[in-house]
Amino acid sequence: MPDVVFMLLFFFMVTTQMRDTSIIVQQRIPEASQLRKLQRKSLVKYLYIGEPRKIAEWGNEPKIQANDVFIQPREIIQWVNQEKSQLDESERDQITVALKVDNETKRGIIADVETELRKANARKLLYSTNPKLGEF
Amino acid sequence: MADIAFLLLVFFLVTTTVANIKGLSVGLPPPPESIEQEDVEIPERNLFKIQVNSFDNLLVEGEPWMGTDSDLTEMIKKFILNNGNDPASSDNPSKAIVSYKTDRGTSHKKFIAVLDVIQKAYYDIYADRVGVTNEKWREIASDPEKSPEYRELYDRGRGRLPDGKLELPMNLSIAEPTQVGQ
Repeated sequence: MPDVVFMLLFFFMVTTQMRDTSIIVQQRIPEASQLRKLQRKSLVKYLYIGEPRKIAEWGNEPKIQANDVFIQPREIIQWVNQEKSQLDESERDQITVALKVDNETKRGIIADVETELRKANARKLLYSTNPKLGEF
Repeated sequence: MADIAFLLLVFFLVTTTVANIKGLSVGLPPPPESIEQEDVEIPERNLFKIQVNSFDNLLVEGEPWMGTDSDLTEMIKKFILNNGNDPASSDNPSKAIVSYKTDRGTSHKKFIAVLDVIQKAYYDIYADRVGVTNEKWREIASDPEKSPEYRELYDRGRGRLPDGKLELPMNLSIAEPTQVGQ
């Protein structure tokens, strides 16, 4: 019995990945039915968009969070290049940006982000969604 | 000793979240500067227009939409697979374009809901062509390199021609949003 427990323990210890970023924007993720799964996790980079959690400090305008900080849309090209440089040279054009956007965020800011991503040549995009139950 | 291991095990069980990267996948067009500006006139019949305004109201082919999501999926499917039958609808699937336009004030929730409906129409068509379920198709499309069988199904579903072109490309054009809301 203890061996089994140990084995399970090792399994979880090895597979667990500690979250390295704490999300500082609201994240009520929309639901959809036609989800696709991404295979190569190392090629996926996240951008979080939503109202800041601490409204008193940051205001209630939706903001873009990359890694641990807020960035402006014009800084996205720089961010993409920085993320690309961490990947293998052969894989750089396969980078996928996952947008985790709060339900109530308006399209405007997201469209600005998309324009910058096009300029940065990171054109694979994933709108992060949760599975929708029922229907379809 | 075993209790400690148990305790740790419980700790890891509770804290582990299986990272799932799931969502609606889209490809963005090339950067604005690199697209050669040529005004290609797209005949009205090959365009299926879906618009959402800043109040999240839906306009389909210029008419306010009152139907359900699955009605809209069916309508898009019919449009794509028209093959010239109805003179008011598309010539063939490779020319048919679904144009999706939102406003800067449209909510992300609505944007995703409508995008979901459009993508369902395409995935349903691909799945039907190779006789699999929509769910299975999405699994195949997520990783066509998994096996030669997947590759074959994927190419057949999308109608890959010998010259590499697709008979049934996902011609989804997400236009730059309009500036009314916000």
